Amino acid sequence: MTFLTRSDILLAVQDLSVHFRSEDQVARAVEGVSFDVQRQETVCLVGESGCGKTVSALTILGLIPQPPGEIAGGRILFDGRNLLDCREDEMQKIRGNRIAMVFQEPLTSLNPVFTIGDQIAEALETHADLTSAQRVERCVQLLDDVGIPSPRERLADYPHQLSGGQRQRVMIAMALACHPELVIADEPTTALDVTVQAQILRLFRALQQSHAMAVLYITHDLGVVSVIADRVYVMYAGIIVEQGLRAHIFDAARHPYTQDLLEALPTRSKRGRRLYSIPGAVPNPAAKPPGCPFHPRCRYAIPTCGQQPPGMCDYGDGHRARCPVLFDGGPSHWGQETLTGKV
Amino acid sequence: MIAFIARSSVQKIVTLFFVSIVSFLIIHLAPGQPSQVDPLNPKFTPEMVARYRQAFHLDQPLYTQYLYFYRDLFTGKTVSWKDNRSVLAKIWERFLKSLPLFIVGTILTWTISFPIGIRSAIARGSAFDQTTTFCAYLLISIPGFFFAYILIIFVVQTFQVPVIGMQTFGLNQSSVTAAVMDRIWHLLLPSVLGATGGIAVLSRYVRSQMLEVESQDYVRTARAKGLPAEQVHYRHALRNALLPFVTMFGLILPGLIGGSVIIESIFSWPGIGRMAYEAILARDYPVILTVNFVSAVLVLGGTFVSDVLYLLVDPRIRL
Ligand SMILES: Nc1ncnc2c1ncn2[C@@H]1O[C@H](COP(=O)(O)OP(=O)(O)OP(=O)(O)O)[C@@H](O)[C@H]1O
Ligand code: SF4
Ligand SMILES: [Mg+2]
Repeated sequence: MTFLTRSDILLAVQDLSVHFRSEDQVARAVEGVSFDVQRQETVCLVGESGCGKTVSALTILGLIPQPPGEIAGGRILFDGRNLLDCREDEMQKIRGNRIAMVFQEPLTSLNPVFTIGDQIAEALETHADLTSAQRVERCVQLLDDVGIPSPRERLADYPHQLSGGQRQRVMIAMALACHPELVIADEPTTALDVTVQAQILRLFRALQQSHAMAVLYITHDLGVVSVIADRVYVMYAGIIVEQGLRAHIFDAARHPYTQDLLEALPTRSKRGRRLYSIPGAVPNPAAKPPGCPFHPRCRYAIPTCGQQPPGMCDYGDGHRARCPVLFDGGPSHWGQETLTGKV
Repeated sequence: MIAFIARSSVQKIVTLFFVSIVSFLIIHLAPGQPSQVDPLNPKFTPEMVARYRQAFHLDQPLYTQYLYFYRDLFTGKTVSWKDNRSVLAKIWERFLKSLPLFIVGTILTWTISFPIGIRSAIARGSAFDQTTTFCAYLLISIPGFFFAYILIIFVVQTFQVPVIGMQTFGLNQSSVTAAVMDRIWHLLLPSVLGATGGIAVLSRYVRSQMLEVESQDYVRTARAKGLPAEQVHYRHALRNALLPFVTMFGLILPGLIGGSVIIESIFSWPGIGRMAYEAILARDYPVILTVNFVSAVLVLGGTFVSDVLYLLVDPRIRL
């Protein structure tokens, strides 16, 4: 992939760092992360629990609690405008209107004391100029779009009267209410059982096409990525370790971490075999190992890995991986940049 | 719903039965004698004491006394040993005297605690939050009677107004305004004092409820929808934070009666709390026991009211 024209790029996160400060330590949850999302594209952000996916997403919407959170650097360009410079009232006009979010926990993300009709209509009340009759019609339409049967009767239901899958559909309907240009979905299927997961994924795919919106889909599950992603960013311990088209990641992964994730993925050809699991655990963001943060778990690690931060290595066509060991480009990819540096 | 009411009524009647036994035993076994039968009382000869003992059934075994007492209570015939007046009538009369204190105190407590608690939660860590937190803990840790005396001295010295009792004696001839102002001055201090402890505790509780709710996922969802901050706090968060307080409505009255014992004694307010206090000093068993029983009924009735209210406000609970 060569240079994109400016108008194609809807969201460009550049060199973003987010820290959480507590009394005695600083957790560098996100460190120099850059990624972008084009209009009408589905981009996946994938990585293990605690690697900073949710923090990145919440930062885009300006929802990081400060303190303890702190935006340590970077820019978030949405439609050419830096969201980090926006005032709170400007952000309110963007949230739920131009960028909407679907959260991980459908069970707790809906307010238990309001009907779902109320909760969907609220976004419309805030951002759209509709009469209350029009709002009701729009809510019915939205619930119908996300596949809730007899939507008109459901409007008066409270969240506890719906199943987990239906609640997530309601969350999606709520996100779609104002025709957002970008929907951020933070592990929307993780809390659901497998058959419902597949339904919700199909729904996302269909809605993305019919509503012509861009989706930033956050997940820890490469299986999900293989179904819906156009492009993929792999995150580890607060940094992007590999990025590329879906085919790059699944057919030609260049980073040891991505390769391990793929090996740990259950597939038909591996049936009956014991699944691989990556040894060790994700580092604590307050005490990350120096050099390449993956080196304690990496099978290719060499002494340099623990001393120098690895730079991004370009495989062409938008495919990049942050591992100079597997890239024979020479020593220039070590320590040239800090991990918060440019690609 | 009907099953719920039936079940909870049976439970409450059983509880009431045990309360009646325990309170009867505590009162009768506590040291001290009713003043009419106290051998140390010089006003009464031994023959009179014996006559009183017989009239009050004090010469009978405890369980017989228990039965006599509750028979009289349920037939409405209980009378005070002190003045031979109907206890229920006395209680009602004194309750009406306490009512202005209760009303003003409750209004003060609830209207002040909630705004304070909500604001400190929303502006957590701010100067406002820190100040109110400090004041609340100060008020919680100072004993009520001590605080009352400080307040009395301060108010009397600064404003030169009367504060003890319900009104100033011998003021009958003065103008209506003076009489009304006199009543208000007398009412204000005990009400404020009765409310301060409540405000300190309740505002803390409101704050912690609100903080808890503010960190819930659905509040984040509300913000992610682009709702203005007020709507997030006062609609999404507050509605949920208020739920547990609904259960407190039923217990306001019994709480006030309990609290009135100290306040009314300090301010010589002729209300129900003072009556209970005097009855205890005189070991006027019928009055003590009746106040006790009525309070127990109010508490149990109050919890029932609370349960029903909770049912009505929380859509998740359906029977
Ligand atoms: N409010 C907070 N206060 C302090 N630290 C936080 C806070 N939110 C996140 N963090 C830190 O940021 C790190 C990354 O968290 P994040 O929620 O982004 O992970 P994630 O990739 O979304 O994981 P998961 O798959 O579990 O959702 C966490 O390990 C945590 O230490
Ligand atoms: S840089 Fe070294 S430790 Fe990091 S992934 Fe490559 S080989 Fe492994
Ligand atoms: Mg997350």
